[in-house]
Amino acid sequence: MDKQRRKFLKIAGATALAGVSAPAVVKLTSTPSFASSGQEAAADAGQSDGHGEKAPTGIRYGMVIDMRKLYGNQELIDKAIDACHTVHNVPHFDNKQNEIKWIWKTPFANAFVEHSSYHSSKITTDNDFAVLCNHCDNPPCVRVCPTKATFQMENGIVAMDYHRCIGCRFCMMGCPYGARSFNWFNPRDHIETYNPDFPTRTRGVVEKCNFCAERLPLGKEPACVEALKDSRALVFGDLNDPHSEIRQVLDKEPTIQRKPSLGTKPSIFYIV
Amino acid sequence: MYNKITIIPGLIIFVVLVTSPIWYNGLQAGPMPKPELPPGGEQKCVRPAAEMRDIHMSLLNEWRDDVLRDGNRVSVTVNGKEYRKGLQMACMQCHSNKEKFCDTCHEYASVKPYCWDCHLSPAEAASKKETH
Repeated sequence: MDKQRRKFLKIAGATALAGVSAPAVVKLTSTPSFASSGQEAAADAGQSDGHGEKAPTGIRYGMVIDMRKLYGNQELIDKAIDACHTVHNVPHFDNKQNEIKWIWKTPFANAFVEHSSYHSSKITTDNDFAVLCNHCDNPPCVRVCPTKATFQMENGIVAMDYHRCIGCRFCMMGCPYGARSFNWFNPRDHIETYNPDFPTRTRGVVEKCNFCAERLPLGKEPACVEALKDSRALVFGDLNDPHSEIRQVLDKEPTIQRKPSLGTKPSIFYIV
Repeated sequence: MYNKITIIPGLIIFVVLVTSPIWYNGLQAGPMPKPELPPGGEQKCVRPAAEMRDIHMSLLNEWRDDVLRDGNRVSVTVNGKEYRKGLQMACMQCHSNKEKFCDTCHEYASVKPYCWDCHLSPAEAASKKETH
Protein backbone atom coordinates (compact mmCIF):
# COMPACT_ATOMS: atom_id res chain seq x y z
CA MET A 1 0.00 0.00 0.00
CA ASP A 2 2.71 2.41 1.05
CA LYS A 3 4.79 1.56 -1.99
CA GLN A 4 1.88 2.30 -4.31
CA ARG A 5 1.30 5.68 -2.72
CA ARG A 6 4.99 6.50 -3.12
CA LYS A 7 4.84 5.57 -6.81
CA PHE A 8 1.69 7.63 -7.34
CA LEU A 9 3.24 10.71 -5.75
CA LYS A 10 6.35 10.37 -7.93
CA ILE A 11 4.33 10.14 -11.13
CA ALA A 12 2.06 12.99 -10.08
CA GLY A 13 5.06 15.18 -9.28
CA ALA A 14 6.76 14.45 -12.60
CA THR A 15 3.56 15.15 -14.55
CA ALA A 16 3.00 18.44 -12.77
CA LEU A 17 6.56 19.53 -13.49
CA ALA A 18 6.25 18.61 -17.17
CA GLY A 19 2.96 20.49 -17.43
CA VAL A 20 4.36 23.63 -15.85
CA SER A 21 7.55 23.69 -17.89
CA ALA A 22 6.01 22.73 -21.26
CA PRO A 23 4.99 26.31 -22.31
CA ALA A 24 8.49 27.57 -21.57
CA VAL A 25 10.02 24.85 -23.73
CA VAL A 26 7.61 25.56 -26.57
CA LYS A 27 8.38 29.27 -26.35
CA LEU A 28 12.13 28.72 -26.46
CA THR A 29 12.08 26.34 -29.40
CA SER A 30 9.50 28.09 -31.61
CA THR A 31 10.09 30.92 -34.09
CA PRO A 32 10.79 34.40 -32.71
CA SER A 33 7.74 36.15 -31.35
CA PHE A 34 5.84 38.83 -33.25
CA ALA A 35 7.30 41.75 -31.35
CA SER A 36 10.93 40.78 -31.91
CA SER A 37 10.41 40.18 -35.65
CA GLY A 38 8.95 43.65 -35.88
CA GLN A 39 12.06 45.11 -34.32
CA GLU A 40 14.21 43.26 -36.80
CA ALA A 41 12.23 44.73 -39.64
CA ALA A 42 12.65 48.21 -38.23
CA ALA A 43 16.38 47.66 -37.79
CA ASP A 44 16.59 46.45 -41.38
CA ALA A 45 14.90 49.53 -42.63
CA GLY A 46 17.25 51.70 -40.61
CA GLN A 47 20.22 50.28 -42.46
CA SER A 48 18.73 50.34 -45.93
CA ASP A 49 17.41 53.48 -47.55
CA GLY A 50 14.04 51.95 -48.36
CA HIS A 51 14.96 50.79 -51.82
CA GLY A 52 14.45 47.13 -50.90
CA GLU A 53 17.89 45.63 -51.62
CA LYS A 54 17.17 42.23 -50.09
CA ALA A 55 17.15 39.58 -52.86
CA PRO A 56 13.88 40.62 -54.49
CA THR A 57 11.68 37.85 -55.80
CA GLY A 58 8.51 37.95 -57.89
CA ILE A 59 6.80 41.08 -59.07
CA ARG A 60 6.70 44.26 -57.05
CA TYR A 61 4.84 47.09 -58.68
CA GLY A 62 6.02 50.61 -58.13
CA MET A 63 5.82 54.08 -59.60
CA VAL A 64 8.15 56.96 -60.28
CA ILE A 65 6.64 60.43 -60.22
CA ASP A 66 8.80 62.80 -62.21
CA MET A 67 7.90 66.13 -60.64
CA ARG A 68 10.08 68.03 -63.12
CA LYS A 69 7.35 67.40 -65.66
CA LEU A 70 4.61 68.51 -63.28
CA TYR A 71 6.15 71.80 -62.13
CA GLY A 72 4.14 74.54 -63.74
CA ASN A 73 1.84 71.91 -65.25
CA GLN A 74 -0.28 71.36 -62.19
CA GLU A 75 -3.35 70.75 -64.34
CA LEU A 76 -1.74 67.44 -65.27
CA ILE A 77 -2.09 66.28 -61.67
CA ASP A 78 -5.77 67.27 -61.78
CA LYS A 79 -6.10 65.24 -64.94
CA ALA A 80 -4.64 62.18 -63.23
CA ILE A 81 -6.92 62.69 -60.20
CA ASP A 82 -9.95 62.99 -62.47
CA ALA A 83 -9.04 59.87 -64.41
CA CYS A 84 -8.53 57.83 -61.25
CA HIS A 85 -11.62 59.07 -59.47
CA THR A 86 -13.84 58.50 -62.50
CA VAL A 87 -12.60 54.96 -63.08
CA HIS A 88 -13.01 53.98 -59.43
CA ASN A 89 -16.30 55.72 -58.65
CA VAL A 90 -14.64 57.90 -56.03
CA PRO A 91 -17.13 60.37 -54.52
CA HIS A 92 -16.42 64.09 -54.40
CA PHE A 93 -17.06 66.02 -51.18
CA ASP A 94 -16.57 69.76 -50.99
CA ASN A 95 -15.94 69.62 -47.26
CA LYS A 96 -12.31 68.61 -46.66
CA GLN A 97 -13.29 66.68 -43.54
CA ASN A 98 -15.30 64.18 -45.56
CA GLU A 99 -12.96 64.10 -48.54
CA ILE A 100 -12.26 60.75 -50.23
CA LYS A 101 -8.95 60.68 -52.03
CA TRP A 102 -7.06 57.98 -53.90
CA ILE A 103 -4.56 60.36 -55.47
CA TRP A 104 -4.32 64.00 -54.50
CA LYS A 105 -2.18 67.13 -54.39
CA THR A 106 -0.19 68.34 -51.41
CA PRO A 107 2.64 70.85 -50.82
CA PHE A 108 6.26 69.68 -50.54
CA ALA A 109 6.41 70.35 -46.80
CA ASN A 110 3.45 68.00 -46.21
CA ALA A 111 4.54 65.31 -48.61
CA PHE A 112 8.16 65.18 -47.48
CA VAL A 113 8.05 66.08 -43.80
CA GLU A 114 11.44 64.47 -43.17
CA HIS A 115 13.12 66.59 -45.81
CA SER A 116 14.04 70.10 -44.88
CA SER A 117 11.97 72.88 -46.41
CA TYR A 118 14.39 75.50 -45.09
CA HIS A 119 15.43 77.76 -47.95
CA SER A 120 13.73 75.45 -50.37
CA SER A 121 13.55 76.43 -53.98
CA LYS A 122 10.73 78.55 -55.29
CA ILE A 123 9.68 75.79 -57.65
CA THR A 124 9.02 73.29 -54.85
CA THR A 125 7.14 75.80 -52.70
CA ASP A 126 5.03 77.04 -55.61
CA ASN A 127 4.01 73.60 -56.82
CA ASP A 128 1.93 70.84 -55.32
CA PHE A 129 3.07 67.24 -55.33
CA ALA A 130 1.00 64.29 -56.48
CA VAL A 131 0.66 61.76 -53.68
CA LEU A 132 -1.09 58.41 -53.41
CA CYS A 133 -0.90 55.17 -51.48
CA ASN A 134 2.75 54.11 -51.34
CA HIS A 135 1.98 50.39 -51.55
CA CYS A 136 4.66 49.85 -48.94
CA ASP A 137 6.68 46.68 -48.82
CA ASN A 138 6.22 46.74 -45.05
CA PRO A 139 2.73 48.23 -44.77
CA PRO A 140 1.66 49.33 -41.29
CA CYS A 141 -2.01 49.43 -42.34
CA VAL A 142 -1.95 45.70 -43.05
CA ARG A 143 -0.42 45.00 -39.67
CA VAL A 144 -3.09 46.83 -37.73
CA CYS A 145 -6.15 45.65 -39.68
CA PRO A 146 -8.09 43.37 -37.32
CA THR A 147 -10.12 41.66 -40.08
CA LYS A 148 -7.48 41.30 -42.78
CA ALA A 149 -9.64 43.49 -44.96
CA THR A 150 -6.45 45.13 -46.16
CA PHE A 151 -3.62 42.87 -47.21
CA GLN A 152 -0.60 42.66 -49.43
CA MET A 153 -0.95 40.86 -52.73
CA GLU A 154 1.86 38.80 -54.21
CA ASN A 155 2.67 41.55 -56.67
CA GLY A 156 3.27 44.01 -53.84
CA ILE A 157 -0.01 45.89 -54.16
CA VAL A 158 -1.59 46.74 -50.83
CA ALA A 159 -5.18 45.87 -51.62
CA MET A 160 -8.49 46.08 -49.83
CA ASP A 161 -11.42 43.71 -49.57
CA TYR A 162 -14.28 46.07 -48.81
CA HIS A 163 -16.51 43.10 -47.98
CA ARG A 164 -14.50 42.59 -44.83
CA CYS A 165 -13.89 46.18 -43.77
CA ILE A 166 -15.67 46.94 -40.50
CA GLY A 167 -14.77 50.63 -40.58
CA CYS A 168 -12.65 50.62 -37.41
CA ARG A 169 -10.16 53.02 -39.04
CA PHE A 170 -7.11 51.45 -37.39
CA CYS A 171 -5.50 51.50 -40.84
CA MET A 172 -6.02 55.23 -41.06
CA MET A 173 -4.15 55.61 -37.78
CA GLY A 174 -1.48 53.21 -39.01
CA CYS A 175 -0.85 54.80 -42.41
CA PRO A 176 1.84 57.47 -42.08
CA TYR A 177 0.93 58.97 -45.46
CA GLY A 178 -2.75 59.77 -44.94
CA ALA A 179 -3.54 57.64 -47.97
CA ARG A 180 -6.79 56.28 -46.56
CA SER A 181 -10.20 57.93 -46.43
CA PHE A 182 -13.28 56.98 -44.50
CA ASN A 183 -16.78 57.05 -45.96
CA TRP A 184 -18.74 59.08 -43.45
CA PHE A 185 -21.68 59.32 -45.85
CA ASN A 186 -23.19 57.20 -48.57
CA PRO A 187 -20.70 57.80 -51.38
CA ARG A 188 -23.27 57.20 -54.12
CA ASP A 189 -24.91 60.56 -53.50
CA HIS A 190 -21.61 62.24 -54.31
CA ILE A 191 -20.55 60.40 -57.45
CA GLU A 192 -21.19 62.23 -60.70
CA THR A 193 -20.83 59.40 -63.21
CA TYR A 194 -20.63 55.69 -62.57
CA ASN A 195 -18.11 53.39 -64.12
CA PRO A 196 -20.34 50.31 -64.56
CA ASP A 197 -17.32 47.99 -64.43
CA PHE A 198 -16.37 48.94 -60.89
CA PRO A 199 -18.37 48.91 -57.66
CA THR A 200 -18.81 51.91 -55.41
CA ARG A 201 -18.10 51.72 -51.72
CA THR A 202 -20.66 51.96 -48.97
CA ARG A 203 -20.96 54.15 -45.92
CA GLY A 204 -18.69 53.02 -43.09
CA VAL A 205 -15.73 51.56 -44.98
CA VAL A 206 -12.22 52.89 -45.54
CA GLU A 207 -10.95 53.19 -49.09
CA LYS A 208 -7.71 53.96 -50.89
CA CYS A 209 -5.77 53.60 -54.13
CA ASN A 210 -5.57 49.98 -55.36
CA PHE A 211 -2.83 50.64 -57.96
CA CYS A 212 -5.50 49.71 -60.50
CA ALA A 213 -5.33 46.04 -59.55
CA GLU A 214 -8.44 45.55 -61.71
CA ARG A 215 -6.87 47.14 -64.82
CA LEU A 216 -3.44 45.47 -64.74
CA PRO A 217 -4.71 41.97 -65.67
CA LEU A 218 -6.44 43.51 -68.69
CA GLY A 219 -3.06 44.74 -69.86
CA LYS A 220 -3.82 48.36 -69.01
CA GLU A 221 -1.64 50.69 -67.01
CA PRO A 222 -3.03 52.44 -63.92
CA ALA A 223 -5.55 55.14 -64.81
CA CYS A 224 -3.34 58.00 -63.59
CA VAL A 225 -0.37 56.76 -65.62
CA GLU A 226 -2.54 56.37 -68.70
CA ALA A 227 -3.98 59.87 -68.29
CA LEU A 228 -0.50 61.41 -68.19
CA LYS A 229 0.90 59.15 -70.91
CA ASP A 230 1.88 62.05 -73.17
CA SER A 231 3.82 63.92 -70.50
CA ARG A 232 5.60 60.77 -69.27
CA ALA A 233 5.47 62.20 -65.76
CA LEU A 234 4.43 58.89 -64.20
CA VAL A 235 6.29 55.66 -64.83
CA PHE A 236 4.76 52.44 -63.61
CA GLY A 237 6.32 48.98 -63.59
CA ASP A 238 7.95 46.07 -61.82
CA LEU A 239 10.64 47.21 -59.38
CA ASN A 240 12.16 43.73 -59.32
CA ASP A 241 12.65 43.46 -63.08
CA PRO A 242 16.04 44.99 -63.94
CA HIS A 243 14.92 45.58 -67.55
CA SER A 244 11.67 47.34 -66.81
CA GLU A 245 11.27 50.98 -67.77
CA ILE A 246 10.85 52.00 -64.15
CA ARG A 247 14.18 50.41 -63.23
CA GLN A 248 15.92 52.23 -66.07
CA VAL A 249 14.59 55.47 -64.64
CA LEU A 250 15.48 54.54 -61.06
CA ASP A 251 18.99 53.49 -62.05
CA LYS A 252 19.57 56.79 -63.86
CA GLU A 253 17.82 59.44 -61.79
CA PRO A 254 18.24 60.31 -58.11
CA THR A 255 14.90 59.76 -56.38
CA ILE A 256 13.46 60.37 -52.94
CA GLN A 257 10.65 58.67 -51.04
CA ARG A 258 8.17 59.83 -48.43
CA LYS A 259 9.19 59.26 -44.80
CA PRO A 260 11.87 56.65 -45.54
CA SER A 261 13.03 56.47 -41.92
CA LEU A 262 9.78 54.79 -40.85
CA GLY A 263 10.89 51.61 -42.57
CA THR A 264 7.68 51.13 -44.52
CA LYS A 265 9.64 50.79 -47.77
CA PRO A 266 7.34 52.72 -50.10
CA SER A 267 7.00 51.73 -53.75
CA ILE A 268 6.49 55.31 -54.95
CA PHE A 269 9.57 57.30 -55.91
CA TYR A 270 9.85 61.00 -56.63
CA ILE A 271 12.22 62.87 -58.89
CA VAL A 272 12.21 66.33 -57.34
CA MET B 1 -57.16 22.34 -12.51
CA TYR B 2 -57.94 25.80 -11.21
CA ASN B 3 -59.24 28.60 -13.44
CA LYS B 4 -59.96 26.19 -16.28
CA ILE B 5 -62.47 28.64 -17.73
CA THR B 6 -59.85 31.33 -18.37
CA ILE B 7 -56.71 29.23 -19.02
CA ILE B 8 -58.03 26.96 -21.78
CA PRO B 9 -59.65 29.71 -23.92
CA GLY B 10 -56.53 31.80 -23.26
CA LEU B 11 -54.32 29.04 -24.61
CA ILE B 12 -56.57 28.60 -27.63
CA ILE B 13 -56.49 32.33 -28.37
CA PHE B 14 -52.69 32.32 -28.03
CA VAL B 15 -52.20 29.40 -30.42
CA VAL B 16 -54.56 30.91 -32.99
CA LEU B 17 -52.80 34.28 -32.78
CA VAL B 18 -49.33 32.78 -33.16
CA THR B 19 -50.36 30.67 -36.15
CA SER B 20 -52.51 33.41 -37.68
CA PRO B 21 -50.11 34.17 -40.58
CA ILE B 22 -50.54 30.56 -41.74
CA TRP B 23 -54.33 30.76 -41.60
CA TYR B 24 -54.35 34.19 -43.13
CA ASN B 25 -52.51 32.88 -46.20
CA GLY B 26 -54.84 29.86 -46.45
CA LEU B 27 -52.12 27.29 -45.74
CA GLN B 28 -50.26 28.50 -48.85
CA ALA B 29 -46.70 29.88 -48.94
CA GLY B 30 -47.79 32.54 -51.40
CA PRO B 31 -47.20 32.59 -55.14
CA MET B 32 -43.81 31.15 -56.08
CA PRO B 33 -41.43 33.77 -57.45
CA LYS B 34 -40.67 33.60 -61.15
CA PRO B 35 -37.30 35.20 -61.75
CA GLU B 36 -36.98 36.59 -65.24
CA LEU B 37 -34.81 34.61 -67.65
CA PRO B 38 -32.05 36.61 -69.33
CA PRO B 39 -33.72 39.13 -71.67
CA GLY B 40 -30.90 38.56 -74.15
CA GLY B 41 -31.98 34.94 -74.57
CA GLU B 42 -28.82 33.32 -73.15
CA GLN B 43 -29.59 29.71 -72.32
CA LYS B 44 -26.51 28.61 -70.43
CA CYS B 45 -25.22 29.88 -67.10
CA VAL B 46 -21.75 29.36 -65.62
CA ARG B 47 -23.19 26.36 -63.75
CA PRO B 48 -26.43 24.39 -64.26
CA ALA B 49 -29.50 26.31 -63.16
CA ALA B 50 -30.32 24.00 -60.26
CA GLU B 51 -26.82 24.36 -58.90
CA MET B 52 -26.93 28.11 -59.29
CA ARG B 53 -30.21 28.23 -57.39
CA ASP B 54 -28.57 26.47 -54.45
CA ILE B 55 -25.04 27.81 -54.32
CA HIS B 56 -24.87 31.12 -56.22
CA MET B 57 -23.96 32.86 -52.99
CA SER B 58 -21.01 30.53 -52.36
CA LEU B 59 -19.88 30.89 -55.95
CA LEU B 60 -19.94 34.67 -55.60
CA ASN B 61 -17.85 34.40 -52.43
CA GLU B 62 -15.40 32.13 -54.23
CA TRP B 63 -15.10 34.57 -57.10
CA ARG B 64 -14.63 37.43 -54.67
CA ASP B 65 -11.75 35.65 -52.94
CA ASP B 66 -10.21 34.59 -56.26
CA VAL B 67 -10.29 38.07 -57.69
CA LEU B 68 -9.51 40.20 -54.65
CA ARG B 69 -7.31 37.98 -52.51
CA ASP B 70 -5.51 35.70 -54.92
CA GLY B 71 -5.42 38.00 -57.93
CA ASN B 72 -6.88 35.16 -60.01
CA ARG B 73 -8.88 37.09 -62.57
CA VAL B 74 -9.07 34.32 -65.15
CA SER B 75 -12.31 34.83 -67.04
CA VAL B 76 -15.14 32.32 -67.26
CA THR B 77 -16.20 31.11 -70.68
CA VAL B 78 -19.82 30.17 -71.31
CA ASN B 79 -20.91 29.19 -74.81
CA GLY B 80 -17.84 30.78 -76.29
CA LYS B 81 -18.45 34.11 -74.62
CA GLU B 82 -15.99 35.31 -72.01
CA TYR B 83 -17.07 36.86 -68.77
CA ARG B 84 -14.86 38.42 -66.14
CA LYS B 85 -15.50 36.99 -62.69
CA GLY B 86 -17.79 39.28 -60.78
CA LEU B 87 -21.35 40.17 -59.98
CA GLN B 88 -21.35 43.28 -62.15
CA MET B 89 -19.11 41.87 -64.82
CA ALA B 90 -20.55 38.37 -65.30
CA CYS B 91 -23.97 37.83 -63.70
CA MET B 92 -25.56 41.15 -64.54
CA GLN B 93 -24.39 40.98 -68.17
CA CYS B 94 -27.16 38.46 -68.87
CA HIS B 95 -29.48 38.91 -65.92
CA SER B 96 -29.64 42.57 -66.71
CA ASN B 97 -32.69 43.31 -64.61
CA LYS B 98 -31.86 42.99 -60.94
CA GLU B 99 -35.40 43.90 -59.87
CA LYS B 100 -36.97 41.14 -61.94
CA PHE B 101 -34.27 38.54 -61.27
CA CYS B 102 -32.44 38.81 -57.95
CA ASP B 103 -35.09 40.65 -56.01
CA THR B 104 -38.01 38.33 -56.83
CA CYS B 105 -36.61 35.41 -54.84
CA HIS B 106 -34.79 37.46 -52.23
CA GLU B 107 -37.97 39.28 -51.36
CA TYR B 108 -39.96 36.05 -51.27
CA ALA B 109 -37.41 34.44 -48.95
CA SER B 110 -36.92 37.69 -47.02
CA VAL B 111 -33.17 37.63 -47.64
CA LYS B 112 -31.41 40.95 -47.66
CA PRO B 113 -27.96 40.49 -49.20
CA TYR B 114 -25.70 43.54 -48.97
CA CYS B 115 -24.26 43.10 -52.47
CA TRP B 116 -26.00 46.18 -53.76
CA ASP B 117 -24.66 48.48 -51.08
CA CYS B 118 -21.54 48.68 -53.22
CA HIS B 119 -22.15 46.81 -56.46
CA LEU B 120 -24.09 48.69 -59.08
CA SER B 121 -27.19 47.14 -60.53
CA PRO B 122 -27.51 47.80 -64.27
CA ALA B 123 -30.34 50.25 -63.63
CA GLU B 124 -28.32 52.09 -61.00
CA ALA B 125 -25.25 52.23 -63.24
CA ALA B 126 -27.31 53.65 -66.08
CA SER B 127 -28.76 56.35 -63.83
CA LYS B 128 -25.44 58.22 -63.79
CA LYS B 129 -23.90 57.44 -67.12
CA GLU B 130 -20.82 59.08 -68.47
CA THR B 131 -21.94 61.67 -70.97
CA HIS B 132 -18.90 61.94 -73.18
